[in-house]
Amino acid sequence: MRSAYLMRLIGIALLVAALTGCGGIEPWVKPYERDRIADPIMSFDRNPVSSSYMHHVYEAREGARGATGSSGGGCGCN
Amino acid sequence: MAAVLPEDRADLLFHSYNGDGVTIQGPSLLVRKEFAGKFSASANYYIDEVSSASIDVITTASEYTEKRTQNSVGLDFLHDKWLLNVGFTSSQENDYSAETFSLGVSQDMFGDLTTISLGYSVGNDEVGRRGDENFSEPVQRQQYRIGLSQILTKNLLIGLSFETITDEGFLNNPYRSVRFLDGASGRGYSYETELYPRTRTSDAGAIRFRYFLPYRAAIHGEYRSYADSWDIKATAFELGYTHPLDNGWIFEANVRSYSQDRAGFFSDLFAFSRSQNFMARDKELSTFTSTTLGLGVSYDIVRSGWKFVDRGTISMSYDHILFDYEDFRDLRVQGVAPGEEPFFNFEADVIQVFLSFWF
Repeated sequence: MRSAYLMRLIGIALLVAALTGCGGIEPWVKPYERDRIADPIMSFDRNPVSSSYMHHVYEAREGARGATGSSGGGCGCN
Repeated sequence: MAAVLPEDRADLLFHSYNGDGVTIQGPSLLVRKEFAGKFSASANYYIDEVSSASIDVITTASEYTEKRTQNSVGLDFLHDKWLLNVGFTSSQENDYSAETFSLGVSQDMFGDLTTISLGYSVGNDEVGRRGDENFSEPVQRQQYRIGLSQILTKNLLIGLSFETITDEGFLNNPYRSVRFLDGASGRGYSYETELYPRTRTSDAGAIRFRYFLPYRAAIHGEYRSYADSWDIKATAFELGYTHPLDNGWIFEANVRSYSQDRAGFFSDLFAFSRSQNFMARDKELSTFTSTTLGLGVSYDIVRSGWKFVDRGTISMSYDHILFDYEDFRDLRVQGVAPGEEPFFNFEADVIQVFLSFWF
């Protein structure tokens, strides 16, 4: 059951990867068009010291864990 | 998006959590520096000073204070479009120690529009128990991560991440108890030690986006789904808005909603002693929701260089979290039949203040 769930998620990831570039498609957002993407306010993790702390706050009080987007490493808390 | 080493940066954070009779605070210092053009080293020193009189402590144990110290070091290596990283984290408390090694690799592809990352961590914990020096139980944890970051348009960035975690060993909290109906007890119930399975495997997947608005501001969102072998299922949604001003201020706001279904072996009140192989009354394994409202602000205190510092900011954030339990009862309420107590809830305040310097 859970394996099927994981496989479905991986399938979506591979599908996105396939749709977005396999086959040597020209990058449709040119390097000179990436100034907005490069703006610090577009960073998924602008302040790692703060986001890793908030992940720890939630992980200690909620049953769910993982896929937070940061590299993680376990909170070692009980 | 092209593979680059993380920025040289130092952050000093003070954090404070206050909720359900628990106060946790301390500093976190994170420093990162590039060297030899291809490497970036990082080190993090983090402390939790805990003072706890939580509902679990009030109803089944006694108040305590403790300190957790966590040290992490990491090394990143950039080669062409590949970024490799290794890390080690050590966490020490008087009754718990944990060591984790992690490895990761990421690569940019398809004209640097796509970044794929893979990661693996292995951790070894040692669980102790205050007042019982002979008690020592191991836990081994393994984490497998895969991630994808994709530029979809000039204004839209999305990320996908999946993670499987396996734990094996002593997964109980050694201080927590379950309660069961007991006619021989004056209050109608008694406590006994909780008992968890010795293995747990979980899968989590998340999709997140950031979108650059027509003026200079961004919205972001995230959906996360979770399931594990203890039958816990959870989802989390988050939406946020980031608004910078030209004079060096950045304002942020976000809302987060989390809900989970209980573990299969959780019950607030068991029918009789040792009525199941596995038993838990840990509220983190119950059915509940949590809702967060967060606000943040940062200001550039150094904008155009000062000595060896290129840029510096001071930031503050405040998060208010409401936890609302649906099958965990508030046993501080006396004078009602067992199992008729009101459901528990509490609110927590999380404050962060931090200085960041880029050099």
